[in-house]
Amino acid sequence: MARISGVDIPDRKRGEVSLTYIYGIGRSSARSILTKAGVDINKKVQDWTDDESTAIRNIINSEFKVEGPLKSEVQLSIKRLMDIGCYRGIRHRKGLPVRGQNTKNNARTRKGKRKTVANKKKATK
Amino acid sequence: MSRSLKKGPYIEHSLQKKVDALNDTGKKTVIKTWSRRSMISPDFVGHTFAVHNGNKFIPVFVTENMVGHRLGEFAPTRNFRGHVAKKDKKKK
Repeated sequence: MARISGVDIPDRKRGEVSLTYIYGIGRSSARSILTKAGVDINKKVQDWTDDESTAIRNIINSEFKVEGPLKSEVQLSIKRLMDIGCYRGIRHRKGLPVRGQNTKNNARTRKGKRKTVANKKKATK
Repeated sequence: MSRSLKKGPYIEHSLQKKVDALNDTGKKTVIKTWSRRSMISPDFVGHTFAVHNGNKFIPVFVTENMVGHRLGEFAPTRNFRGHVAKKDKKKK
């Protein structure tokens, strides 16, 4: 079990895939980290030597913003948008899509579960 | 696609002139503008703009955080007040 930058414990997968379990690292940055550390991207995490994993750790610590700090940065920029009261900030406040998507239908990711408003028509005649 | 950096930010020429005049005299008056597409540049900070939203002018006080956004982003054009409760309509 390798433990990199806090809580993450990816294991038994190829290094390239395993690193993406860290918030803020995707396939492409995982690949660049591994090539920089001189580790084969197809090597499984359990086969890493101690030297290799410390090299990887150092690269992530020095060059990448991951997990907590990255999450708080994202939250801060959203908060900035909301504070200045621009259109995007208003959409964030209302919990609606920010990037101009339609909201007549769908948009459920932002809007959450459907909340029915109109009461159903009675089936009597 | 974003605007070419070579051109610099877009600011309506007439608006820029008005801001420059205000900065030169050091006065603070409300600038009425229809130019929602103008980018807010650092020398706009501290001024109040009345930005048209298609119906009326919305006062926008420019702070430092707003630099780089456009004036129109602060004057919403749609005003959603919620759905009307349609109850009487569907009663038979």
